[in-house]
Amino acid sequence: MNKPLNKMAVQAIINGESTAFLCSPGQVLAEVLRDELELIGTKIGCNTGDCGACSVLVDDRLVCSCLVLAAEVEGKSVQTVEGVANGGELHPVQQKLLEHGGLQCGICTPGVVIAAKALLEHNPDPTEEQARYWLAGNLCRCTGYDKIIRAVLDAAKTMRGEAA
Amino acid sequence: MNAYQEFKMIGSRPVRPDGLDKVTGRARYGADLNMQGQIYGHVVRSPHAHAVITSIDCSKALAMDGVLAVMTGDDLVKPGNEMLGSGEGAMALKDVVPMVMSQGKVLFHAQAVAAVAATSPELAAEAARAVEVTYDVLPAVTDVHKALAADAPILHNDRFPDGYPEEPTNLATHISLTVGDPDSAFDKADVVIEQTYSVPMCHQGYIEPHACAARADAAGRVELWCCTQGHFTVRHYTAAVTGIDMGKIKVTASEIGGGFGGKTTVYLEPLAVVLAQKSGRPVKMVMDRGDVFRATGPAPGAETKVKLGATRDGKLVAADVECLMDSGAYNGNPAGIPAFMATACYKLTDARSTGRSVYTNKPKIHAYRAPSIPQVTLGFELAITELAAEVGMDPIEFRLLNAVEEGDANMMGAPYNRIGLRECLEVARNHDHYKSAVADGAGRGMAMGYWINAGMQSSATLNVIADGHVSILTGSPDIGGSRASMALMASEVLGIPFEHIHPQVAATDAVGHCDVTGGSRTTLATGQAVIQAAEQCVAEMCRRAAAEWEVEPGVVAWSQGAAHYGDQSLTFEELASRAGAMGGPLTFSTSLTSTSTAPGFGVHICDAEVDKETGRTTITRYTAIQDAGKAIHPDYVEGQLQGGAVQGIGWALNEEYLYNEEGALENPGFLDYRIPVASDLPFIDAVIVEVPNPLHPFGVKGVGEVPIVPPMPAIAEAVYQSTGVRFRDLPLNPPKIVAALLDN
Repeated sequence: MNKPLNKMAVQAIINGESTAFLCSPGQVLAEVLRDELELIGTKIGCNTGDCGACSVLVDDRLVCSCLVLAAEVEGKSVQTVEGVANGGELHPVQQKLLEHGGLQCGICTPGVVIAAKALLEHNPDPTEEQARYWLAGNLCRCTGYDKIIRAVLDAAKTMRGEAA
Repeated sequence: MNAYQEFKMIGSRPVRPDGLDKVTGRARYGADLNMQGQIYGHVVRSPHAHAVITSIDCSKALAMDGVLAVMTGDDLVKPGNEMLGSGEGAMALKDVVPMVMSQGKVLFHAQAVAAVAATSPELAAEAARAVEVTYDVLPAVTDVHKALAADAPILHNDRFPDGYPEEPTNLATHISLTVGDPDSAFDKADVVIEQTYSVPMCHQGYIEPHACAARADAAGRVELWCCTQGHFTVRHYTAAVTGIDMGKIKVTASEIGGGFGGKTTVYLEPLAVVLAQKSGRPVKMVMDRGDVFRATGPAPGAETKVKLGATRDGKLVAADVECLMDSGAYNGNPAGIPAFMATACYKLTDARSTGRSVYTNKPKIHAYRAPSIPQVTLGFELAITELAAEVGMDPIEFRLLNAVEEGDANMMGAPYNRIGLRECLEVARNHDHYKSAVADGAGRGMAMGYWINAGMQSSATLNVIADGHVSILTGSPDIGGSRASMALMASEVLGIPFEHIHPQVAATDAVGHCDVTGGSRTTLATGQAVIQAAEQCVAEMCRRAAAEWEVEPGVVAWSQGAAHYGDQSLTFEELASRAGAMGGPLTFSTSLTSTSTAPGFGVHICDAEVDKETGRTTITRYTAIQDAGKAIHPDYVEGQLQGGAVQGIGWALNEEYLYNEEGALENPGFLDYRIPVASDLPFIDAVIVEVPNPLHPFGVKGVGEVPIVPPMPAIAEAVYQSTGVRFRDLPLNPPKIVAALLDN
């Protein structure tokens, strides 16, 4: 016989839906999102909190889900990239990333979408420098960040209701 | 002459077809597929950089509950002298197998020695710890000079480079080319520069770790899902490494989270296949980030000696370049490219170019964006800048005087076709950035770069759907927007909307062979296959319209998505919907080997400011200018220029493999191996120059490689201009700069 499974039951609001899952005490949120809840949009690039590909919002706070224990989100609200678009309607950050060509391989994109959305919720009118520092935790190896930053600043404009 | 003089779609910037999936998290990458009933593989890695394996005992691991398979290097083929592929991409099997798993001897730290598969990732990791391996540890050597010393530990006692006597050495390859008589030509020089420059080993730093899932059935068939730049190459290499027939292996390429050359071989894939065969269960494997740094192929570090001679009026008369490259533990062939291409930007009738590579106890090097060229170009371009200063010329004027143009030959012998180097230099000279004053305390540098841009093998299949939409299958993984390019090219030829074209990366059993997405060849060569398939579709539709109208096909013209004759016309949609009655399904497959090259050139200008107290270098302004031939989707051409420039900035300022005395990598993570982040950088001004490739119907040249070539010498010069201290050894990190400033 295998060893008895040592699993905990956790309830949380994931992308607006009340969700229950089982996890082991040491399991990180990124792994549970991907492997238990099939929310594969959250990527794991390093598992050490250095790359930002696993960025999610826990109670509106931007975190690396590889550094958060899954059990910690009990009773909390989690938003992943899958929960950013409103049905068929993309969030301005998503739309502007597409329009500016702000992605190449796309592996960092979910983390960038989450982090940029969080930025614009905190600061609707960031300077270029503020956007660059906010996104400094999201590594992108393809784009040199140019089109990502342009897209985020353009999305901010859209969200403020200004013409592009 | 190009067949297409005016473009309707080429050069526009539509949203890429795969974009929606990527901004919403639906796109599936290497680690995003879970197969029914899958178990998890875990690799046992060597704690030593150089050792003989004396025993491997997997019995305790295999006895654990939930452990379903174990394997060692004995489960892979024993390579002889077989070559995989040919030409530029050729690799010896004996250099591929040990990067998958060692067989008897360990030559670098973290080299795979065994693997296990178990019902959970945690259990697999625990089982891997239960595998008992004993070693006879040998001294390790990680420095190329120490590796060439008489008392160096020898990595391979059975390998002898061409032209060397059969006695053990760590020299892997030695290649030297000469044109004219450089030794005498130096006598004609008024000014001679002779310096040595060095660049450290670094990693491609793709954000997605290697990952795959494999399934094997009782009939011996294998299905493999993985992130790769070339699933046909994965099939070939996996077959060669495991001994399974290539025809029994199907490989599906997932979306790929960056590669830059690093995902053009196999690491986990053959292991997952063997473990799947042994266990009878699908096996998923994901590489740990630390192991990506420790045990996949980085870019070679290199030391380049450059001797250049010029006349007082700035004419380059002779060059002698010698590049010493770190091959890592096996032969990654890094020395040939610098030997062939070091001088490629310059008119030189008298030159010698030598490349040598050396075995060291590090992972075997692998391709990284314009492989081996940035290293040698740091030396060559910086020496050119030093030489221009010596004769009192502006660095761009000096280069304009000596830059290659159509008809000039490089070290490879063949004369250049129409190229755009001079055009790029002229754009740079006239660019606002170059004409603007340099800020107080800052410095400015410029440099240029080259890549050969080969074509190689590609295939495409175009299927017309009954509603007038089109699906396009190619075998080229889309690493940075190539599906958008394929759809634009097909849209241009067919005259139907971009949105009606559905490009896909098809599995190995669904489309003809495609070589890897690499060498800046995909838009060029796979694009050409797509263009040809679309042209065949147009020809067949014209033939069908002609038959309907009872006229000769030659009189039917195709424009704006319809066949026309007189005042009659049949649209693409009509011909698509009536295909069954007019001759059957409309399907067109093309394959080609593109043997021509489309050399690409770029010129970069960099302003940098060095904080004299902390030694931190800030890039304050950066302009990347490049001849793209014809930009199919300018956003993604600009993206290549910007991304490549920033990788070069990282290599120039920070990135470096740091090994300890025992030969273990000390910075195997993104915290200590620091790639550029958004706050390190300014906007990168990308300027596309278009000098059409005369051998391509749309004028396309590859663009991806060139942008990583100029940054290192441009930045090194800018730092010199800012500090007054000449640095010839990279990276220009704060401790190095502070130490040098204190010395002055």
